[in-house]
Amino acid sequence: MKTPTLIILTLLCAAGAYILVRNRASDIAYRAGKKPALHSLPYYYGMLSALWCALPCLLIVFVWTVLDDYAVHAAIVNLLPESVQALPASEIDLVVNTVINLALYPNALLSSSTPDYLIQAGQDYLRWQQLSQLSLTVVVLVSLFLAFSLCWARIKPKVKARQQVERIFQWALLLCASIAILTTIGIVLSVLFESLRFFQSVSFFEFIFGTHWSPQTALRIDQVGASGAFGAVPLFVGTLLISFIAMLIAVPVGLMSAIYLSEYATPQLRAIVKPMLEILAGIPSVVYGFFAALTVAPFIRQSGGFLGLEVSSESALAAGLVMGVMIIPFVSSLSDDVLKAVPQSLRDGSLGLGATQSETIKRVVIPAALPGIVSGVLLAASRAIGETMIVVMAAGLAAHLTVNPLESVTTITVQIVTLLVGDQEFDSPKTLSAFALGLMLFTVTLALNYVALYVVRQYREEYE
Amino acid sequence: MRKASHKSSTAKVPSTIDLVNRNLAKRKRAEWRFRVYGIGAILFGFICLLILFTDIISKGHGAFFKTQIHLQIHFNPQRLQVLQPGAIEQFNNANYDNVIQDALFADNARISPALLSAVDKRQLLSLISTGAVYSLRETLTDSPGVLNQSVGVWLTVDDDVDNYVKSLAHGGEGYTGRLSQQQQSWVNRWIENGQVRQTFNTTFFTSGDSREPEQAGIRSALMGSLYMLLVTIGLSFPIGIAAAVYLEEYAPINRVTDFIEVNINNLAAVPSIIFGLLGLAIFIGFFDMPRSVPLVGGLVLTLMTLPTIIISSRAAIKAVPSSIRDAAYGLGASKMQVVLHHVLPLAMPGVLTGAIIGFAQALGETAPLLMIGMVAFIVDVPADLMDPSSALPVQIFLWSDSPERAFVERTSAAIMVLLAFLISMNGLAVWLRHRLGRSHQ
Repeated sequence: MKTPTLIILTLLCAAGAYILVRNRASDIAYRAGKKPALHSLPYYYGMLSALWCALPCLLIVFVWTVLDDYAVHAAIVNLLPESVQALPASEIDLVVNTVINLALYPNALLSSSTPDYLIQAGQDYLRWQQLSQLSLTVVVLVSLFLAFSLCWARIKPKVKARQQVERIFQWALLLCASIAILTTIGIVLSVLFESLRFFQSVSFFEFIFGTHWSPQTALRIDQVGASGAFGAVPLFVGTLLISFIAMLIAVPVGLMSAIYLSEYATPQLRAIVKPMLEILAGIPSVVYGFFAALTVAPFIRQSGGFLGLEVSSESALAAGLVMGVMIIPFVSSLSDDVLKAVPQSLRDGSLGLGATQSETIKRVVIPAALPGIVSGVLLAASRAIGETMIVVMAAGLAAHLTVNPLESVTTITVQIVTLLVGDQEFDSPKTLSAFALGLMLFTVTLALNYVALYVVRQYREEYE
Repeated sequence: MRKASHKSSTAKVPSTIDLVNRNLAKRKRAEWRFRVYGIGAILFGFICLLILFTDIISKGHGAFFKTQIHLQIHFNPQRLQVLQPGAIEQFNNANYDNVIQDALFADNARISPALLSAVDKRQLLSLISTGAVYSLRETLTDSPGVLNQSVGVWLTVDDDVDNYVKSLAHGGEGYTGRLSQQQQSWVNRWIENGQVRQTFNTTFFTSGDSREPEQAGIRSALMGSLYMLLVTIGLSFPIGIAAAVYLEEYAPINRVTDFIEVNINNLAAVPSIIFGLLGLAIFIGFFDMPRSVPLVGGLVLTLMTLPTIIISSRAAIKAVPSSIRDAAYGLGASKMQVVLHHVLPLAMPGVLTGAIIGFAQALGETAPLLMIGMVAFIVDVPADLMDPSSALPVQIFLWSDSPERAFVERTSAAIMVLLAFLISMNGLAVWLRHRLGRSHQ
C-alpha cells in the first residue's frame, strides 16, 4: 500500500476502534440494574484506544519514510561499481538520481547508450522500494491489530482511561507549545552554522569593520577584480540611515496621533479613526515597495531636480519615507495602549491644579507613559531594520558608504535577498555571507526586543 | 478679574492670578498648537493612505479591461493546414497565424489599396497579441462548422496598442510607447471604423504568468497563495490554539514555561526574512524538500504566524471569566472537559479574530517566500501542494520589476486583488468580533 493510503487506513481504524470500544465499554458499564462498573465514561475508553491505534502507527510511518530515503540511497550506492563509489559525494548523488529516474521513467530516458549497471541498479531500486513498502504495510497492520486487541482487553474497572487520555492531551499541548522553542533553536542553528562556515573563509573582524562590500566571488581562478570583499559596514550604515528616516516620520506622527486619539478624541471619532489608521499596518510591504519605487522615488527625484539637487533614483529618502508611513500605526497603537494605562487620577490632579490639557499631557501623562513609549519606539525600530520588501524594491543594490539620504544605499535585508535569490551553491562564501548577515539581523532585532522588554519591566510605574 | 488685577498693581506685588493671566494667552496658543499637531498627524496618516489607494487604483483599474479589435476571419482549411475533413485533433496544431495574417491584410486592403512593404507587414502583424491564436483555436474547436467560412471575431491586441487605445480614451495625445507612426495611424483608423472595443479582461483571472503583458494573469499565483494559506491554516490554527491552551490553563509556573513565553514573544518580533532563512536552511537544505512548492511556503508561513496566533489566543482565553471554569469544576468536569467544553467555545470569537488577522499577514508576506525560491516564472496553474508555484505578493514583486508600462498596470491590478482579499479577511475578523464577541459577559 502507498503511504497516503496507509495513513488514511490508520485513521479509519482509529475511528473504528473508538466506536467499537466505546460501545463495548458502555455495555459493560451499564449492565441492567447495576451501578456503573467502569472507572471512566465509556467514550474515554474509546478515545484511549483510538489514540493507541493512531499515534504509534503514524509515528512508524513517519520514521520509516524519513529513514527509507537514506536506506535506499545507501543501498543503491552499494550496488554501483567500485569506480563510481569512489567519486565525490555530490557526483554519487547525481548518479543515484539518474538511477531512480531511469527506474521510474524507463520509456522516456532509456537509450542504447545507458550503461548496464545503471539499469541493473534501477531494477534493484524498484525491488527494494516494493519490499520496503510491503514491510511497512505489514508492520503498520500488525501494530494496529496489537493496539486494538490490547485496548479491547483493557476495558476494565481498574484501567483509569480518563486519566490516561487527559495525560496524553496535556503532553500534546506541551508539544505544540514547545514548537516555539524548536523554531528559535532552528533559527539559531541554521543561521549560526552557516555563519560559522562563512567566518572560516572571511575573518569576523573584516566582516564587522570592513568598509568595502562586493560579494561577487571569482568564477574563474584567474579572473581579475572579483575576489569578493565582505566588509559589512556600508550595509549597517545604509540600514541605519533608512531606518532613521523611517523613525523620523513614524515616531512624531505615530505618537501625536496616539495622543490625540487617547486624550482629545471623542469615543465616536476614535472608533472611526483608529481602524482607518490601522489599515496602513495591514497593507503588505510589497505594496509599499511598489508605491515607493514607482511613485515616491520618481517624485522625490523630480522635486530634487527642481531644487537643483542631484537625487538618485533609488534614494534612501524614498524608501525611508514610505517605511515610516508603514510603521506609523505600529508606533501609534503601541503608544495608545500605554497612554490608556495611565490612570485618570493623575490627569485630574494636574487639571485641578490649573494646567491646560496639553500641559497635563506633556508634563504628566507622557512622563508616566515614557517607558512604554520608549519600548514601543524600540520595537518599531527593530521592525524598520528587519523590513525587507520596501528596501528590496526601492533602495539600491550597490553598497555606498554614505549618510546622504539623497544617494542610494543598500541594506542588510536587500543583500540577503540578492545573495540568496536565484541559483546558488551552498558552500561559496557569497551564499554563506547572507547567513552571516542574517545572524547580525537576528541578533540586533533580538537585542532591541530584549531592551524594549527590559525598559518596560524596569521603569514601569505601578499605579494601584 | 479686572478688579483683581487693578488691586494687585496698586500693591506692586504680583499676585498668582496676575502671573496666570500674563501667560494665559500664550498657554492657550500652545494648547491650540498641540491639538493642531495631533490632528495634523492623523491627517498625515489619512493623506498617505488616500494617496496610496488613489495611486494604485488609478494605475491599475485599466488592467481589468482589455482592448480587442474586430476582424473578419476566414477559416480557410488550406491556410490553416487542416486538410482531412472532420479531424478535430488537427485544430490543435493548425496554423492560425496564417488566417490572422490574411484577415489583417484583407482588412487593410479594403481601406487603402496601397501594397504593404515587408516591414509594414511585420508592423501590422505585431499589433495583434501573440495569444490571439488560442482564442481562434477555441472558436474553431467549439464550433467546427465555421471551417471554410468567414466569421467576425474579436481579437485581443498587443499591449502597446492596448496602452495607446486606453490613453486615447482618457483624452490627450495618447501614450505611443513603441508604436511607430504607421502603426498609430492603423489603430486610429480601426477606432474610427468602430472596430475597437474594451471588454472585461478575463485573461487576467484565468491565466498564469506570461512574458506578454496582455496574456499575463494572476491565476497561478492566486492558486499558489491559496494552497499556502491552506497549509498555514491547517497547521498554525490547531497548533496555535493548543499552545495557547497549554500556556494559559496547564503550564506550571516554572522556568520552562517562562522560557517558552519569552521565546514566543521574541519570535513575534523576528523579521520575516529570518524565517525565510530558516526555511531555506532547514526545510530545503536539511530535509531536502523541493524549492518553490506551496508546501514549504506554507510551513514557513506557519512558523511565522504561530507566535501571533498564540499571543492573541492567549488573550482570548484569559478573557474567559474564571467563574465559568469554577462552575464546571464544581459540577465534576475534568480539566480537559473544562477546556474543551467551556473555555474554548467562549474564547473562540477572540481566537478566530486573532487567527484571521494572522492569516491575512501571511497572505501578504513576500520576503520569506523569496528565500525559499518561490520567485520562479510560473505559467502553469499548480495542481497540488508539491507543484512549483508562485504567490500573489511574489507575482506583484516580479511584475513590478518589468519595464513595460502594461506590467505596471497589471501589477497595480494584482495589488488591488490582494488588497481586496486582505480587506475582506480583516472585515470578517471585525464582523466576528462584533457578532460573536462578549457573549459571556
